[in-house]
Amino acid sequence: MIRCKTSKEISGMGHSMKRKEDDRFLQGKGNYVDDIQLPGMLHMDIVRSPYAYAKIKSINTEAALAVPGVIAVVTGKDLEQYNLHWMPTLMSDTQMVLPTDTVMYQSQEVAAVIATDRYAARDGREAVMVEYEPMKAVVDPYKALEPDAPVLRSDKEGKTDNHIWHWEVGDKDATEKLFNEADVVVKEQMHIPRIHVSSIETCGCVADYDKVENHLTMYMTTQAPHAIRTVIALVAGHVGLTEEKVRVISPDIGGGFGGKVPVYPGYVIAIAVSFLVGKPVKWVEDRSENLQADSFARDYHITAEMAGTKEGKILGTRFKILADHGYTDAAANPSKFPTGLFSIGTGSYDYGTAYMEADAVYTNKPPGGVAYRCSFRVTEAVHAIERITDRFAMEVGKDPAQLRMENFIKKEDFPWKSPTGWEYDSGDYHAGLKLAMDTVEYDKLRVEQAEKRKNGELMGIGISTFTEIVGAGPSKDFDILGIKMFDSAEIRVHPTGKAIARFGTKSQGQGHETTYAQIIAEELGIPAAHIQIEEGDTDTAPYGLGTYASRSTPTAGAAAAVAARKLRDKAKKIAAYLLEVSEEDLEWEPGKFFVKGAPEKVKTIQELVFAAYTNHPQGMEAGFEATHYYDPPNLTFPSGAYICVVDIDKETFEIKVRRFVAIDDCGNIINPMIVQGQVHGGLTQGLAPAMYEELIYDEDGNILNGTLMDYLVPTAVESPSWETGHTVTPSPHHPIGAKGVGESPTVGAPPAIANAIVDALSPYGITHMDIPITPYKIWKTLKAKGVIE
Amino acid sequence: MKKQITVTVNGEQHTVEVETRTLLVHTIREQLRLTGTHIGCDTSSCGACTVLLDGKSIKSCTVLSIQADGKEISTVEGLAKDGLHPLQEGFKENHGLHCGFCTPGMLMRAVELLEKNPNPTEEEIRWGISGNLCRCTGYNNIVKAIQYAGAKMRGEETPSTEPEFV
Amino acid sequence: MIPAPFDYAAPATLAEAFSLLEQHGDEAKILAGGHSLIPMMKLRFASPEFLVDINNIPGLSHIKEENGYLKIGALTRETELDESEVIRSKYPIFTDASKLIADPQVRNMGTVGGNIAHGDAANDHPAVMLALRAEVDISSSEGTRSVPIDEFFYGFYMTAVQPHEILTEIRIPIPNGKTGNAYHKLERKVGDYATAGVAVQITIDDAGVCTYIGIGLTNVNPVPLRAVRSEEVLLGQKVTDELIKEAAKYASEDCNPSEDLRGDEAYKRSMVNVLVKRIIHKALERAHA
Repeated sequence: MIRCKTSKEISGMGHSMKRKEDDRFLQGKGNYVDDIQLPGMLHMDIVRSPYAYAKIKSINTEAALAVPGVIAVVTGKDLEQYNLHWMPTLMSDTQMVLPTDTVMYQSQEVAAVIATDRYAARDGREAVMVEYEPMKAVVDPYKALEPDAPVLRSDKEGKTDNHIWHWEVGDKDATEKLFNEADVVVKEQMHIPRIHVSSIETCGCVADYDKVENHLTMYMTTQAPHAIRTVIALVAGHVGLTEEKVRVISPDIGGGFGGKVPVYPGYVIAIAVSFLVGKPVKWVEDRSENLQADSFARDYHITAEMAGTKEGKILGTRFKILADHGYTDAAANPSKFPTGLFSIGTGSYDYGTAYMEADAVYTNKPPGGVAYRCSFRVTEAVHAIERITDRFAMEVGKDPAQLRMENFIKKEDFPWKSPTGWEYDSGDYHAGLKLAMDTVEYDKLRVEQAEKRKNGELMGIGISTFTEIVGAGPSKDFDILGIKMFDSAEIRVHPTGKAIARFGTKSQGQGHETTYAQIIAEELGIPAAHIQIEEGDTDTAPYGLGTYASRSTPTAGAAAAVAARKLRDKAKKIAAYLLEVSEEDLEWEPGKFFVKGAPEKVKTIQELVFAAYTNHPQGMEAGFEATHYYDPPNLTFPSGAYICVVDIDKETFEIKVRRFVAIDDCGNIINPMIVQGQVHGGLTQGLAPAMYEELIYDEDGNILNGTLMDYLVPTAVESPSWETGHTVTPSPHHPIGAKGVGESPTVGAPPAIANAIVDALSPYGITHMDIPITPYKIWKTLKAKGVIE
Repeated sequence: MKKQITVTVNGEQHTVEVETRTLLVHTIREQLRLTGTHIGCDTSSCGACTVLLDGKSIKSCTVLSIQADGKEISTVEGLAKDGLHPLQEGFKENHGLHCGFCTPGMLMRAVELLEKNPNPTEEEIRWGISGNLCRCTGYNNIVKAIQYAGAKMRGEETPSTEPEFV
Repeated sequence: MIPAPFDYAAPATLAEAFSLLEQHGDEAKILAGGHSLIPMMKLRFASPEFLVDINNIPGLSHIKEENGYLKIGALTRETELDESEVIRSKYPIFTDASKLIADPQVRNMGTVGGNIAHGDAANDHPAVMLALRAEVDISSSEGTRSVPIDEFFYGFYMTAVQPHEILTEIRIPIPNGKTGNAYHKLERKVGDYATAGVAVQITIDDAGVCTYIGIGLTNVNPVPLRAVRSEEVLLGQKVTDELIKEAAKYASEDCNPSEDLRGDEAYKRSMVNVLVKRIIHKALERAHA
């Protein structure tokens, strides 16, 4: 049970308060970007390349311009005049806004059609005639590194290959020595598939440039409005769009999951066109464009190895990665972390030797590498460690639960220094796995499985006991394009004791309007119902780096608590003044200060706030406002123990997830209802790549499943009834002891499912299968092994 | 090619001029300015655009506006009468929505589901909303929300809305 | 995703519809449920110049048993089929199929006639109708002709329905005696087109001898396929597991699936083999029940 310090009326931390944002969403009154309709607004549609790699010989816009309603067609050559045809990526690479001569992936933007309505824009798009000279695309990242591969980024001076960067961490020599001498070494080649966030709302914007005021209002689907404004000002300052003249508004967002962090060419073209014609321009991509052109996630090829003893003691790990970034590195990582936080991949286990290295390559595929509901490549890392741990258990003949229990970092060993340099803040891995095992009745399941195996039935049990790393991040190491990854809160309490608070983050469904209010309610005792939360408008909100990578609670949530504590300190001074005692004589309980030993001598927070405007002590600044920019001292390390049970049809190989128990530890919980909802949602997003989703390309770089008819987002039928629970190990360094939870399930679920399926198939000698594991893939694997005819 | 159509939306009659090809979802959103009905895909896969056409849930991105001529349309904006509809209440009480984008379509689909099957099993609910994709919730709480609304509409006591943890 | 412009009429009678079709020839398309046509138009894979909306024509939507036939009007929605008492009690093969066709909203619009007339081997009703030996009524200004389902599907998206004609009714001979039917398809997720689908109608006499067998296959052949050789194995024989296995094997050999994201040829044949076995057993169970 979660204990609450505040009453239900106050609804501080621990209360399952119903969400404040729901009323508008439930009544069709949300305000998403496509709902915005401005007078004189033009519509933009984008011509896209049918080829993965081709020279553009000509673009004929005549027929398009003749379509009634079409007023302009913009090409790369047009943008080149303003030096806007290329833009920087978040990883300091470069990306075309519109090409002047070469297209680098299928569905890349080629030209933009501007029209008076969206139907005319689409007709115009169909009428633009582009002549291409197709070239042989480079699709396979391994082939991209071969010496005779064509150099894709010939636009970069001196570039002679398709290699982007090399990264490594850990002790290479010590690891090699360990692997050479270890009793047991296991190794698997894994691919974490290229997938897509596929939020139900696609990306889009309305760029509204006012020529008279020289002012741009940019409504856009962004998870990081402040950073976007700075980037716009840096890129367009030379034409007069300096930072104070740019207002970015991120309205209600229909799901983000990392896919709404990058700057897509469509946004930039819309701004450029609005700037040139002085009218608002709306661009909203359709689903195919979203799937085919917006940033992908994952696409890591990993060689994972584990060394240990015959008795099942893990001694070391070695991971080698090939990262396929498409034609440009448009990943959304902190700048100093090209592989994100992959180095968390030593996992939840107590050993001291590890080495990881990665190389990134260009291919003729869409750019990206976004952190899809994942704190920067943690999903990839967790998949590697949790799969190879199971493989190791199989090799030494030990139950995977028992092996994990024997290798976990112990509760008392925190803070724990990992072999790749992280300091894990806290955890109780044994408790989590034990609760998961008790809930699922693990031992009984193993008995049942043994019985079933005798009859040739395929039942599998899979475990994943992961450590997450979220809350980027401490300014010492973490920045994006130089901007440090703090986040902010500004609280303003009105004279009657009701408040508004603004944040540098931006909810996309996480429920910030409720949870932030609860944090402030916890600290100040003002009922959460009376605390209005605002985010997403750069003109009003304090600066922050936005919402992704489970960073909102660890950073902005902490900022809210610290800012609220500044206000409580002020309230205490006022209380001392009003009650005519010294501050040391006062005691706080949620919502009021009273004199120690004399509880009848009391001032409520509402009275104290009122006094701040009406009767504050001389010399004290009037009003009741506070701001805090929180720079976290460390990241937080949530963890989880997940157990999945599958039954597989022995003829059709259809996979049924019979049960899935997820025990999460995200430290102190702000709103159990929302935490549980986040876990449910993340689990379905973990199920998706484990069994259904993957962006598939043919050898010419054509996408084969660029619509939701073939990109298989799970429905309520595929998604099982999730069972959730938690252990609570507070973060020792976080002001409210919280850790962040949004991504844990997406990170932890895929290996639990994969481990269960591999476990089910292990009687056939299967030791590994790449996700997504489909009935067809199982059939092919068993066929190749000669198990079936 | 333009045509005039008359539709009754949430009880109010509207006569609008549309192109023969105008999709019903665009008429609802852009001409009638009822933006609660959303567009999430091109292939009638996601269900965000679900409305009731003469009482039946349909995907308004795959129906022409002219096909709705003379018909009745219900959208999410018309759902709440005296306070929230039991389904809206169910979704709120059970945390059946996160980002809210799929929610209007999900609600309108559930209206017909409960009308035809006032006391559905979990399995029936899951199949009944299989034409509506949600990327946020993992569906557990949507199922609970519809069960809650069903109980309420049947005049029974509603189930607990506290999150159940193992 | 927006269709190209087109002209449109919604005639109130069949006669008007025929006249429009004759007038516009190949350029016209019939709009029934629209859930195959409109997506293709939105993607601009199809750009008909004229749409003849037949939804306002009375008399095309019904489910009734009459004169030894189950008669289904071409405009009957999948949902209506699913909710029909006579279908639920006597023809579970349809409820098996309709549950797996797209999703509830699409089934509120999609019609049985359209599902067949589209001529897509990936659709589910063609296999069902093949198993049931349906007859299809095709009407035009010249009158109505009846085409056995075996002669209905010509080729890829091609059927016996000519540009000036409209499919108006499907008739299924009411099976007598100890009879059962069933349909199932493998799909990657709910609402997907079949990886492979199998429809079976079987009748047995008291001695367990098969007196009628129909087996139709979905999406494993360029045109919807009746598994003739499989039927021949069982017809007139006492049904045994061995014979069912043989029938399944023949079906897997006689289909001609093509490789796509759902699987390669060998996989699909293998799944046909599994499904034919299972669905014959299921139909038999129902016959015994």
